[in-house]
Amino acid sequence: MKERNYDVLVIGAGAAGMASALKTSKQGLKTAIVDREPYLGGILPQCIHNGFGVHLFKEELTGPEFAERFIQNVVKSDIDIFLNTTVTNMAVHQPIKQANLCSSQHGVFQINAKAIVLAMGCRERNRGNLGIPGTRPSGIFTAGLAQRFINIDGYLPGRRVVIVGSGDIGLIMARRLTWTGAQVLAVVEILPYPSGLTRNIVQCLNDYGIPLFLSHVVSKIEGKDRVEAVNITPLESGAPNYSKTFKLECDTLLFSVGLIPENELTQSAGIKINPETGGPLVDTRLMTSAEGVFACGNVLHVHDLVDWVSDEAQRCGFELVNYLEGKTKEIKQGRVIAGANLKYVLPNRYRISEKNRFSMRSLIVQDKATLLVRQGEKVIRKFTLRNIKPAEMFHVELKPEDLKELVVNGELLPIEFSLN
Amino acid sequence: MSSKVYDVAIIGAGCCGASIARRLSNYEVSVALLERYVDVGFGVSKANSGIIHAGFHHPITSLKSRLEIRGNFMFDQLHYELGFPFKRVGVIVAAFSVEEMKTIEHLYAQGVANGVPRMEICGRERILALEPQLNPDVIGGLFAPTGGIIEPYRYVFSMVESAQKNGVEVKTQFTVEQGIHEKDYWIIKSKEGDTIKARYVVNSSGLFADEVSRNFGAELFEIIPRKGEEFLLQRNARGLPNHVIFPVPSAHTKGILVIPTVEGTLMVGPTAIETEDKDDLETTAQNLETVFMQATYMVPAISRREIITSFAGLRPTMEGNDFYIEPSKLQPNFIQVAGIQSPGLTASPAIGEYVKDILKQEGLRLVEKTNFDPLLPHSIKVRDLSFEQLEQLVEKEPKYGHIVCRCENVSESEIIEAISKGHTTLDGIKFYTRAGMGRCQGAFCTYKVLKIISRETGIPIEKITKRGNNSWVIYQRLQEFAKEQRQCQE
Repeated sequence: MKERNYDVLVIGAGAAGMASALKTSKQGLKTAIVDREPYLGGILPQCIHNGFGVHLFKEELTGPEFAERFIQNVVKSDIDIFLNTTVTNMAVHQPIKQANLCSSQHGVFQINAKAIVLAMGCRERNRGNLGIPGTRPSGIFTAGLAQRFINIDGYLPGRRVVIVGSGDIGLIMARRLTWTGAQVLAVVEILPYPSGLTRNIVQCLNDYGIPLFLSHVVSKIEGKDRVEAVNITPLESGAPNYSKTFKLECDTLLFSVGLIPENELTQSAGIKINPETGGPLVDTRLMTSAEGVFACGNVLHVHDLVDWVSDEAQRCGFELVNYLEGKTKEIKQGRVIAGANLKYVLPNRYRISEKNRFSMRSLIVQDKATLLVRQGEKVIRKFTLRNIKPAEMFHVELKPEDLKELVVNGELLPIEFSLN
Repeated sequence: MSSKVYDVAIIGAGCCGASIARRLSNYEVSVALLERYVDVGFGVSKANSGIIHAGFHHPITSLKSRLEIRGNFMFDQLHYELGFPFKRVGVIVAAFSVEEMKTIEHLYAQGVANGVPRMEICGRERILALEPQLNPDVIGGLFAPTGGIIEPYRYVFSMVESAQKNGVEVKTQFTVEQGIHEKDYWIIKSKEGDTIKARYVVNSSGLFADEVSRNFGAELFEIIPRKGEEFLLQRNARGLPNHVIFPVPSAHTKGILVIPTVEGTLMVGPTAIETEDKDDLETTAQNLETVFMQATYMVPAISRREIITSFAGLRPTMEGNDFYIEPSKLQPNFIQVAGIQSPGLTASPAIGEYVKDILKQEGLRLVEKTNFDPLLPHSIKVRDLSFEQLEQLVEKEPKYGHIVCRCENVSESEIIEAISKGHTTLDGIKFYTRAGMGRCQGAFCTYKVLKIISRETGIPIEKITKRGNNSWVIYQRLQEFAKEQRQCQE
């Protein structure tokens, strides 16, 4: 068995993988980055629309441009790049971690590393996950696959399209398909409000007069060989009113109904998963339940903007360096709990030795909201937030001086976030 | 029209037709296997639950029961010869009341009479020890260790491939429309415009057996499609049992089962609802509810959040509820193999044997070949290899190192093998290799598979289909579409 030794193995060469690898490599750690695809950049190269980099670079870039800023640095760096390569399994509960890799280009080999960064991204939920009744013809795609067909391969999947779900990829695809000359007949959203960013509703649907059916579901798919029509049913008081069902004839159905972190490799390695995010449970260092294994980006939790992915990945790289230097081997941590109106708060631990940055998603839509942080019974911080909605993440920081060192059973007293 | 007269034409390349073809390929006879769809096994067999029944569900007085028990025993040898996945995981019938336990006793007695080996009646403690995933409310049940699981499509593919290797000719997209008996042979015409001749005809055309029989001037009967909806859950799903779990059966159906598939996913279903339409493969929201209510009653840990896909299949049922396998009384040299619903898959190897014997009785001269080769090279699957085995393999053939389907770990070489065996649709590749069958349902691999099919066969991507006919995947190249639109405007 061929073996290669590194300080750090980064799995996934998308936005998260590249940003964390650059960080560890810059600190002098011998770093390898692995990706299944024949190119760096992950999903970014197919996202040819703009809107990337507003927070990170203070300018508006397309996906390929955003990726290119990292790709150039990765190529120039000392990072060893393994493309067309799949990690098949890994052993992580040991000081030197082992990963098995397989590739038509590099053959089959093992990487030994002191630390691993999980940066595998996510996959799209699909028709099967939704359990939509009807037939199973061709012409049913996830929005991301359709995007790839058009933007990378140069093929049009269909001419008359209905999009299920108003997630960002679906909205972007509504506009992209319209530009190719295909007809987008409708975007159908189960919720009473759009689940994508407001700017995408305006720029991708409203500008082209594409109807958005809120509080509606696709209740049936018709077509023997190829999709022929879909039935659309309004929800009334949360339940479908089938008497108001109408039919749209179409040849293609795209699903943009959410993303699921790709953690099959993580789970098979015995790393604990947070059922709320679908990503690994991580502590304040972004370290998973396996010592020395870190996670960042969409494999950890699904982000709204790539800027936050890069930001998180850079922090992840920084934490990894500190960990390998022994600075954070033993730190006191306490649990972080998502309370009222919050889907989750990440990371799942806090510390008092340094500042903490938390990312979270709301379960409610509200113009102005108060975020309370309690340590035990006592409210220790209040934040005022504006334009809160589940589609958009928000972030807050707690400094050491906000927190008291209250220890119960060897752990710090849990803190709870809640939104009102 | 070709002047060749086949000895036997088999109509329908599902599990029965494939098995009959393979059995006949052992003899010095020429055989044509005719299939209406783009690939074999794409009719009734494709959507089968994949259970190899132990043989206690039906009384030995029925033909189906005799063929079922015989078929069950034949699977070990077929698995060895052909290499399709097969596991004797054992089946359990779970009882939740004293009355259900009485039915268990009936099933046990019936199984003993049928010759099912090593069955047990279990008390609560024994059944929970065998199957800890069961609802603790269970009070006992039946355990039959000889029950098993296969992938029905892989089984059909292997049987057909073995038959082809031994000289059987397969004609897909051959929809039999008419049969005329002339001199001493049948002239068989297809909807697609082809014609072949054969001395004997076997009507194993599943849902269409009634139409075929009518079009050959043979018996009039009716095939009543009985729909079954199934739900597939991801690998290592919660509640994944060790055995196939049945409820206590009702008069019409064996009930909703919980099935650990041979590839490690979890399947629940099927429903049993009579329908009129032989194309009715719709799933409904209501039946999803029914299936999950019954499945989670037996195995509470099952979560519908782990569903990756659902599908429906049709059982070709007939009045009388037994298999109808006999020579036509109205037409010469025409063998009916109809009404093959459950346990048809289990019985199919024995059906092959039985139909061979009928043909012999009807005067077909059967001389064994000296060069019959029962073995197929077992196809290599990367997901089943150890890392050391994979290393050696990739050194010889690097394309085994290119993982195309990440969810099911399918390599490029496996896809190329499927194409070389004649599976050139997305579904054909999926059923042969499992690429696209996993948790992402093809979101990551569809474009890769399309490219490989196109490269290997020369079929342009926009002409590749999901499963033949009008099931195109990609409409057009963008620049062609732009041209088409400009022309429309002019």
